[in-house]
Amino acid sequence: MKIAVCVSFVPDTASKIKISAESSAVDTTGLTFILNPYDEFAIEEALKLKEKLGGEVHIFSMGNDTVKEGIRKALAMGADEGSHLKTDISFDAISTAKALADAIKNYGAELVLVGKQSVDTDGGVMAQLIAEFLDWNAVPSVTSLTIEGVNVTAESEIEGGKEVISTSLPCVISTQKGLNDPRYASLKGIMASKKKNIAEIAVVLENLSTTFISASLPPAKPAGRILGSDSSAVSELVRLLKDEAKVL
Amino acid sequence: MKIYVLVEQRSGVIKDSSLQAISQAAVLASAVSATCVTALVVGSEISNIEKARSYGAEAVIHLKNDNLAFYSGSGYKEVILSSIDTNDSCIIIAANTSFGKDLAAKLAVKLNAGIVTDVVAINSDGGKLEFTKPIYAGKAYQTLSLNSTNKVITLRPNIFPAVVSQNLSTLEVKEVGTPSLSAKVIEYKKNEGKLDVAEASIIVSGGRGMQSPEHFKLIEELADTLGAAVGASRAVVDAGWRPHAEQVGQTGKTVSPTLYVACGISGAIQHLAGMSSSRYIVAINKDKDAPIFSVADYGIAGDVFEVVPALIKALKQ
Ligand SMILES: Cc1cc2nc3c(=O)[nH]c(=O)nc-3n(C[C@H](O)[C@H](O)[C@H](O)COP(=O)(O)OP(=O)(O)OC[C@H]3O[C@@H](n4cnc5c(N)ncnc54)[C@H](O)[C@@H]3O)c2cc1C
Ligand SMILES: Nc1ncnc2c1ncn2[C@@H]1O[C@H](COP(=O)(O)O)[C@@H](O)[C@H]1O
Repeated sequence: MKIAVCVSFVPDTASKIKISAESSAVDTTGLTFILNPYDEFAIEEALKLKEKLGGEVHIFSMGNDTVKEGIRKALAMGADEGSHLKTDISFDAISTAKALADAIKNYGAELVLVGKQSVDTDGGVMAQLIAEFLDWNAVPSVTSLTIEGVNVTAESEIEGGKEVISTSLPCVISTQKGLNDPRYASLKGIMASKKKNIAEIAVVLENLSTTFISASLPPAKPAGRILGSDSSAVSELVRLLKDEAKVL
Repeated sequence: MKIYVLVEQRSGVIKDSSLQAISQAAVLASAVSATCVTALVVGSEISNIEKARSYGAEAVIHLKNDNLAFYSGSGYKEVILSSIDTNDSCIIIAANTSFGKDLAAKLAVKLNAGIVTDVVAINSDGGKLEFTKPIYAGKAYQTLSLNSTNKVITLRPNIFPAVVSQNLSTLEVKEVGTPSLSAKVIEYKKNEGKLDVAEASIIVSGGRGMQSPEHFKLIEELADTLGAAVGASRAVVDAGWRPHAEQVGQTGKTVSPTLYVACGISGAIQHLAGMSSSRYIVAINKDKDAPIFSVADYGIAGDVFEVVPALIKALKQ
């Protein structure tokens, strides 16, 4: 089976976020980048499916030259090859999905795996957008996946429970924690990844549907009050919650 | 310009987050001079459909088919597309839930629309809409506008109020044919009797300071007393003490309840990202220098095993 995995390359989750001087975007200079944590589940699932069913795993990532390093990390985990959808300007979810869908169609994938959410832009709808551009179905936030022939059964996490969804290949799956335990890249994998091919695809973006106006940090919270160091402070806490915060 | 609200029902009951979306649609309608707000509910029997009529939409349309009692991405999309007036421009609004995001994204592509998910503020000065959404799980906010003729947005639950309107919406029940069910829910496994952190207005979270999974009984008891959902830090989820659905933070759920009580949680940057926009934060941690106190409104720098039982007792009185 030909499996496409889409990955984003994002600031380490421990990063402190700064806003650029013209305050239109987050300033990522100096931050360490990592594979989006949810995408590691997508890569792992693709590798497991390949081990079981045969085929190949192709990594797709859109962005400037730094995302190549992300693709390389996925190749080090064991993916076969990658495509870098290159653009230097900022892009939105729709244009990303369209470009990824076009590249995936050219590649001829039968299954697409993406992460549940990118921990930078927090969009959370890439699976559905890509699927719609391909005229396929999508199953979001998957914690368990079974593929038999063309039949796909997946557990999808929703508020307060899980839905078991039945669909068929080709389709797009977004992966959530619980699906698997992503492997670490071995030294051999890292060495091998250096020889693997990353194709470059130039992406032309026109008529973006989104205008990014500004970015800001959340308003700083005034320092709170420490009411005490044992249960003698409890009655004061309950009083404040009732009378001051009015949340009880 | 028309506005459509995608109303979510589960087991035939309409969700509060959808009522909030209807109210916000009514607010937007005057700002963008939309001619009509239509709330669309797909499903079989809907027990509280009358309720949807009270939040300011002109019309509530129940698109009814017994095969659509459970969600089907392909089916719901088809049924909704056939109910939208494509001769006019439109705004589609849903709550930012699994249901809302799924349908909204599909419709965005089909309607050539731009999409913004997880909107927490809308500015409509001068009829131009600007949307603000958290990014990096709330470490920052992005404000943007959509240039497309049609626009699709999902609203974070519990940010926009559901406001009862004087005028009752018209209600139409439309029997629809069975659409493509090429993707469909075949079973719904509810987390037994538990409130979900993403929807709760009060959350009581426990961290590694609880010291063992058994001690989460205390967290559960405090949560029950407050009518709250149980949350957890990643440390205790990774340790297998609590299910992942309860994880709050950058790689868990981003929450903004009215009250968040953190017990034995240090307040790592990834945890703070997911909860620091809560309206009130209470922290109980024996280390007075723990970073959680930097975002807490009220703190007790003491032992959870002494403070939490006392708190439960005080609240029960
Ligand atoms: C990629 C990545 C993503 C992450 N995503 C998340 C995320 O989404 N959510 C998240 O929560 N974390 C996340 N983390 C983990 C985060 O960095 C922290 O490790 C984690 O939040 C710590 O959990 P904790 O506060 O429960 O444990 P600890 O940091 O160990 O803190 C325990 C606290 O309990 C206190 N304590 C101990 N005993 C008592 C007692 N008897 N009474 C009172 N207090 C006591 C201690 O003083 C301490 O402050 C992520 C990390 C990475 C690398
Ligand atoms: N620029 C990108 N290139 C490739 N894949 C992406 C990109 N952005 C997002 N994705 C994929 O889409 C998923 C969800 O992202 P998002 O909808 O942006 O939250 C991510 O986990 C990735 O798998």
